[in-house]
Amino acid sequence: MAEFLQLVFSGLTVGAVYALVALGFTLIYNASDVINFAQGDFVMIGGMGTVFLAAAGIALPLAALIAIVGAVIVGLLLHKLAIEPARGASPVALIMITIGASIFIKGIAQLVFDKQFHSLPAFSGDTPIAVGGATILPQSLWVMGVALALFVALYLFLEKTLLGKALLATAANRLAARLVGINVTIILALAFGVSAAIGAIAGVVVTPITLTRYDVGTLFALKGFAAAMVGGMGNPLGAVVGGLLIGLLEAFGAGYISSTYKDAVAFVVILLVLFFLPRGLFGGRSVERV
Amino acid sequence: MLTVECLSSAYGRISVLHEVSLEVKTGEIVALVGSNGAGKTTLLRTLSGVQPVSGGRILFEGRPVERLEPHARVALGISQSPEGRQVFGPLSVEDNLRLGAFRRRAADKDTLAQIYDMFPVLAEKRRISAMSLSGGQQQMLAIGRALMAAPKLLLLDEPSLGLAPLLIDQILGAVVKLKAEGITVLLVEQNASAALAIADRGYVLETGHIVLEGRGQALLDDPKVRAAYLGM
Repeated sequence: MAEFLQLVFSGLTVGAVYALVALGFTLIYNASDVINFAQGDFVMIGGMGTVFLAAAGIALPLAALIAIVGAVIVGLLLHKLAIEPARGASPVALIMITIGASIFIKGIAQLVFDKQFHSLPAFSGDTPIAVGGATILPQSLWVMGVALALFVALYLFLEKTLLGKALLATAANRLAARLVGINVTIILALAFGVSAAIGAIAGVVVTPITLTRYDVGTLFALKGFAAAMVGGMGNPLGAVVGGLLIGLLEAFGAGYISSTYKDAVAFVVILLVLFFLPRGLFGGRSVERV
Repeated sequence: MLTVECLSSAYGRISVLHEVSLEVKTGEIVALVGSNGAGKTTLLRTLSGVQPVSGGRILFEGRPVERLEPHARVALGISQSPEGRQVFGPLSVEDNLRLGAFRRRAADKDTLAQIYDMFPVLAEKRRISAMSLSGGQQQMLAIGRALMAAPKLLLLDEPSLGLAPLLIDQILGAVVKLKAEGITVLLVEQNASAALAIADRGYVLETGHIVLEGRGQALLDDPKVRAAYLGM
């Protein structure tokens, strides 16, 4: 039982990060129909940026803030320089562009940062908290708390503000959105900026647990994508549930089968979902086969 | 209020509008009639800025607007209720209406109340999603959403399409009421008799050319119009 609980804790921790990456996918997909495979790289920029700024002597909170702002700028540039000029291209072409952008960002990150693994000190110490025979790290609580806060904030933004509604409206009907006077370009930039911020924040809080390197974005993107697909691409609640589910399955796979296959779990899940449940758990919009 | 001079527009290489000129004066209802594929919807889309112009000018209150982005034209006072309603399906009726006032800093409650007054069924259903409305209700919503922008010029694209005759009367009755409130209307219709009956003036568009223009009643009595569009 204690082992089970332990696996649940570690699954929820990493699942919360996947959920945040999946939320980033969801937001951009909703506004623009683009599946942004550079989403994981925002996580890397958040983590690596904070590590290097902190190493340069900047206080941790400020370093994190600067790294997050940096990721937002990268997100806006990605939209402005790569997605916006390709307006009207097919979804497959746009996905290719984001994959290219992801490779480009990793290349730059190798030059700006380095090729080593890095970590950050845990925010509130490393003393594990005992819960029901298992233990949980304070940093895990940080990860889950931040994920919950971001989810609630995103929900309130989309449901309670006119700007959030404008984003949903742009997703629902772009022509009508333009006709009511919504500046669609700004809305899309907003989606990229907010997604980048969410990814970078996830990167900051998870780095003390999972370490970070210039290329960690790939796995985060793939698992976040798996999470978004499991939940039903485009559904924010689905993204969260999908993320937690992938995290838990991964933890159980590592704990009960073999940690060698930890990463394979997400990909087995994604294959099963694509074969048998292409709309995901929460329906969502129909997914076009490509 | 609106002057269109020699306007041309094309989809790729296929030219749809050929040097169209027309005028809408303040306080008028102007009907633009013509058969399917004549270019009526394309013309309205160029006026709103969601379809590019390949030549000619659009003057709104004397200033050229043909290069402005759609949102800038909404801010100037041009608002459109598009063909096929194009409501924001997953959003609630009230959210659809509030988004109509997106360009105005404060979505004032008075306009919303007026629209609920004009279409009471929308007030009843204001919390449900727009996609669960009937076709006629969606049409009312599309018009209401366009009115939330407090436009000087309202562009209506096929408001009667697919509606029962009783509903068509209700919608067109609402258009006449808008005119009484000082809103200028450019009405695009395939239902030529209904549109010309309430219009001050009308234009007939045929394969991208204006072929006839005149007072609404005069066009209704014109033998060519009767033969071509009214089936008489």
